[in-house]
Amino acid sequence: MSIQAESVTNGPPPLIEGDHDFCSLTELVCGLVEQPARAWWWIALAICGTFGVLGAVMTVYVILMGLGVWGMNQTVGWGFPIATFVFWIGIGHAGTLISAILYLFRQKWRSSLNRAAEAMTLFAVVCAGGYVMIHLGRIYTAWFMMPAPTTTAIYPNFRSALSWDFAAIATYGTVSLMFWYVGLIPDLATLRDRARSRLRQRVFGLLALGWRGSARHWHNYEMAYLMLAALATPLVVSVHTIVSFDFATSVIPGWHSTIFPPYFVAGAIFSGLAMVITLMVPLRVLCGFKGLITIHHLENMCKLIIATSLLIGYAYGVEMFSAWYGGNIYEQYTFRNRVIGPYGWCFGLMIACNVLIPQLFWFRWFRTTPWAMFVIAIFVNIGMWFERFVIVATSLHRDYFPSSWKMFYPTWADYLQLVGGFGLFSTLFLLFVRFLPMIALSEVKASLPAADPRHAPRVQGDGMEER
Amino acid sequence: MSTIPALGPDRVGPLYGALARFAGPVELLDAVRRLHALGYHRLDAYSPFPIHGMDQALGLKRSKVPVLVLAGGLFGAAFAQTLQWYQSAIAYPLITAGKPLNSTEAFVPITFETTILYAAFGAVFGMLALNGLPRLYHPVFRGKSFARASTDGFFLSVEARDPLFDRREIVALLEALGGTEVELIER
Repeated sequence: MSIQAESVTNGPPPLIEGDHDFCSLTELVCGLVEQPARAWWWIALAICGTFGVLGAVMTVYVILMGLGVWGMNQTVGWGFPIATFVFWIGIGHAGTLISAILYLFRQKWRSSLNRAAEAMTLFAVVCAGGYVMIHLGRIYTAWFMMPAPTTTAIYPNFRSALSWDFAAIATYGTVSLMFWYVGLIPDLATLRDRARSRLRQRVFGLLALGWRGSARHWHNYEMAYLMLAALATPLVVSVHTIVSFDFATSVIPGWHSTIFPPYFVAGAIFSGLAMVITLMVPLRVLCGFKGLITIHHLENMCKLIIATSLLIGYAYGVEMFSAWYGGNIYEQYTFRNRVIGPYGWCFGLMIACNVLIPQLFWFRWFRTTPWAMFVIAIFVNIGMWFERFVIVATSLHRDYFPSSWKMFYPTWADYLQLVGGFGLFSTLFLLFVRFLPMIALSEVKASLPAADPRHAPRVQGDGMEER
Repeated sequence: MSTIPALGPDRVGPLYGALARFAGPVELLDAVRRLHALGYHRLDAYSPFPIHGMDQALGLKRSKVPVLVLAGGLFGAAFAQTLQWYQSAIAYPLITAGKPLNSTEAFVPITFETTILYAAFGAVFGMLALNGLPRLYHPVFRGKSFARASTDGFFLSVEARDPLFDRREIVALLEALGGTEVELIER
C-alpha cells in the first residue's frame, strides 16, 4: 500500500504519457484496426510479403529437391536451418518474459508491450517450427514425432532429446497461443462492440466468445491469467533448456556442457528483447503509440539487455574456462579453433555484437534515444544469430576425427531460406498489427490512476478495499 | 428523472433484471457495496477492466480456476508417464543407449512439458467453463448503451431471480444509488 502511494507521488515516470482517459485509449488503439490501412503499412507489407513469398517458394524448392540444395554435408549435418531454428525459438522467449515473468513480478510497464511481444513469440515459434520441419528432409515423416498408434507399431524414442524438443516446442506454441488469446478476449469484445459492419460484428463476436466484462468473469479471468503466467514462467525456462539438450546431451566437444541450459535461456531472452526493440521502435512512431510505449518502456528493456548481455558474456567465459581447466584436449582444441580457426570471424562478430556493443546501454543517451537503441538491437540480432551458427558449425566441422573434418559453406538456397524466414515473421507481424489490437487495452486501462478505486478521491473509508 | 424505456414496470413479461449505468469504477463499486449490504446478492458489475475490490464487494469466493489447473497438471503428469512407459516398455520395447526400457529419468522432460500443457488447458478451458463461455447471447446485451461496457461504460445488473427484486422498486433504488440509463431487461 505504502509503496503504491509513494510511486504515485515521486516514483517512476508515468506508465502512459499524454492526457488519456478510457475512451481516448480505446479510440487510439482500435482506430488502427478500424480505419483503412495507411501507406506505410501497404509499403511494409509489400516488402515483407515479397520476402515471405520467397521463403515459401524456397520451402517448396527444398522439399522437392531435397537437402542437397543446402550447404550441409556429412560432417556438418546441422547448418543454417538448425542455427536459425534456435535463433527463432530464442526470439520468442522475450515475449514470454514480458507477458509472464514481468507479470508475476508486478512490473506494470509490461502492459503496453505484452500483446505485441506475445504475438512476436507466436510468430517466432511458427518460423522455428518451419525450419525443423524442412530440415527433416523427408517432411512426410514429421508425424513420426507424434506418439500415435499406427499399424507399423513404431513409437518415438522418448529417451532422445529430439523427442523432448518436439514436446517442448509443441507445448510452448500451444501455451503461448492460449495465453495470447486469453489476453485478447476482452479487447476482441471491444472491437465487437464498436464494429459497424455486420461481418466485423460476426467475426469479432465469435472471437470474443460472448465476453461481457462481468465482474464474476473478471474474477475467474484474472485468476486464470495469473495461473497461466505462473505456468508459462517455468515453461519458457524449460523450452530453451530442452533446446540446449539437443546439443548438451550429445558427446560433441563444445556442446557437451552443463552450462548450456542457463546459457541458452539467457541468450534467448537477450535476443528476444532486442527483437522487441527492433519491432517497437518503428511501430510506436508509425502507429502513433508514442504515448503508450514511452521512452521509459524502451529504457527498461535496454536495462534488461545489459543484464542478459552480461550473463551470456559470463557464459562465454565459463565455456572457455571449463575447456582449459577440464584438460580435455578435444574440448580445448574446439575452443581454440572457435576463436582462431576458419570461423574465427564469426566468433569475433558474436563477441562484438553480444558482449561489447550492448555495453553502450550503460550510457543514458543510448537507452533513451530510439534510433540508437534500434541500431544496437540490430547488432544484437545479428550477433545472436551468429552465436547459434558458431555453436552449430564450429563444433561439428572439426570433432574427434581429423579425416572427417570438413568446412560448411552456405549456398544461395541457405541464404534465401534465412531471408524468407524473416519475411514470413514480419508479414505475420504486420497482419497482426493491422487486424488485432496491438496494445492490451483492458490492461492499460486498468493501469490508469482513474481505474483504481483506492486512488480516486471518493474512496469510502470502510476498509473493504484493503487486502 | 429518466423514464423507463422499452418496458414499463406494469407490463408483464419475463424479466432478466435491471441494468443501470454508473459514472466510473468508484461509483460502481460504491453502488455494488450498498446493494449487497441491502441484501441483494444476484448482482453483477460490468466494466472494461477488472476493478480492484469488486470481488469482495460482490462477496465472491476464491476462484475455482486453481483447482482445475491442479487437476489438469496431475492428469498431464500421469498421462505422460503412462504413455511413455507403455510405448517404450510394452508396445515397442527397444533398448537404446543402454538405458532400461522404463527409463523414468529420461521421461522427465516430456512429463514436465505435458504437465504444463494440461495445467494450462485447465486454466483456459476451466476459466471459460466457469464463466459459461463461449456464449452467443446474453440478456444484458439488450441494454441500450451496454456496448460501452467494453470501452468506458460501468454497468450494474440486478437479476429478477433475486428474492428482494421488485420491478417497481428497483428502478428508483438504482437511480437513488447514482445510476443512470436505468432499464428493465427482458430475458
